[in-house]
Amino acid sequence: MSDLVFVARAKIIDADDISRILKRVAHEILEKNRGSSDLALVGIRTRGVFLARRIAGIIGEIEGAKPDVGALDVSLYRDDVASRKASPVGVTEIDFDINDRVVVLVDDVLYTGRTTRAAMDALIDFGRPRKIQLAVLVDRGHRELPIRADYVGKNIPTSGRERVKVSLEETDGVDMVEIGEERS
Amino acid sequence: MNPPEILKSGVSGPAKVQSPEANRPRHLLSIAELSSDDIIRLLDSARSFAEVSKRPVKKVPALRGKTIVNMFIEPSTRTRMSFELAAKRLSADVVSFTPSGSSLSKGESLKDTAKTIVAMGVDAVVIRHSSAGAPKLLTEWVDCSVINAGDGMHEHPTQALLDLFTMRERLGRLEGLKVAIVGDIDHSRVARSNILALNKVGARVLLVAPRSLLPDRVEEMGVEVTGSIDEALRWCDVLYLLRIQLERVSESRFPSLREYTLQYGLTQTRWSRLKRKPLVMHPGPMNRGVEIASVVADEVEPVITGQVAAGVAVRMAVLYELLGGST
Repeated sequence: MSDLVFVARAKIIDADDISRILKRVAHEILEKNRGSSDLALVGIRTRGVFLARRIAGIIGEIEGAKPDVGALDVSLYRDDVASRKASPVGVTEIDFDINDRVVVLVDDVLYTGRTTRAAMDALIDFGRPRKIQLAVLVDRGHRELPIRADYVGKNIPTSGRERVKVSLEETDGVDMVEIGEERS
Repeated sequence: MNPPEILKSGVSGPAKVQSPEANRPRHLLSIAELSSDDIIRLLDSARSFAEVSKRPVKKVPALRGKTIVNMFIEPSTRTRMSFELAAKRLSADVVSFTPSGSSLSKGESLKDTAKTIVAMGVDAVVIRHSSAGAPKLLTEWVDCSVINAGDGMHEHPTQALLDLFTMRERLGRLEGLKVAIVGDIDHSRVARSNILALNKVGARVLLVAPRSLLPDRVEEMGVEVTGSIDEALRWCDVLYLLRIQLERVSESRFPSLREYTLQYGLTQTRWSRLKRKPLVMHPGPMNRGVEIASVVADEVEPVITGQVAAGVAVRMAVLYELLGGST
């Protein structure tokens, strides 16, 4: 099997943009939930976890108390396991009680909505949150399920053939979002 | 097993088209056929699966709709239960085949029995058999994944994986680790799989046994050998005790159980003398008072029950790697 390589066409979000977006999203989360008392953030592996930690850090600065942050690996809940190559499964870490909390799922890119669906299923195995909300850095459209995000960093209209690549300091050494396509 | 494709991280897009040759069922027959990378990848993934067993809802839907048959032609309790729990925690359906009262006891061959079972629509067979090579033969007869759960004196790959998992979680590394294996090496598929696996990941292995319990040409296995458990205790990070199969005494492989305990047993005297205590492991079931003194067994019991818990996680990782995702 030939490996496809991502070829970037344009950088659409830079490091400063990401930092501003996360600050805005943190404020929106607080505004919508009227504070952070029963708030918890759960990032979807891999990049969602780092975004969740950053947003939690910003909320901590604003409110004086940092909300709980968890990490969720959704590979075991996907509906397309049969058509994907098995990739290494990451560790899920939710070390706090999610019952009756407002849990904000955090992901880098919202696309078909299937990852979000899997994440909601996974989350519900840990308890019954009072509300589940969704925060994403990029919404690129092309939903296949009735799912929408509560907090969107940036809407980026794309074609199905295009790819959106999110790079973060923690995993890639740099903060940016690029658009491009995959070539062999 | 094929190495998994490295997914382009952070790039969202539709699943890629698979090449047709990749659609053959995959198997786990031996440690010998795995690479060091395969082993480490399975151990990494087992760490994630260990978390599932600690959740309030100990079940994930990953293998929903898959059917797994446990064919334990040789008796087993813990391995069979461990595979069954692993499959169920992944939402697979499990059917257990027991040879007594089956068509096997009526004289049907393993081949016909297996073909009949698989014809009912099965995705994987987990097989334990008293004959070495039975799982490999099975792969030639049936069109589904085959997992070796112990074949004769050949291999027991998932046991070695769970043992390595335990060592790695407890001691933080495998490379350079000094592991002494004590007991009936010659008859032990557990020892064989462990020696192969430890060699592959760069650990050092010292075998402790009387000559009569060592295989021929043992030096070719890439191990060191000693007759002194005291020497091994001074050297090792991990002391792996094998179960003495009591029926071997009658084969005059060694004079008496008492003699064996004195020479090779982890006695209370030996244990209390040690300043730096190694990690003591045992595949179970233990013969208290033979290979290990009862008080010592009580002390090291958390590690040994930890091995059992690791067994479920490692088997989940194996089932998921073989059946989850596209094959």
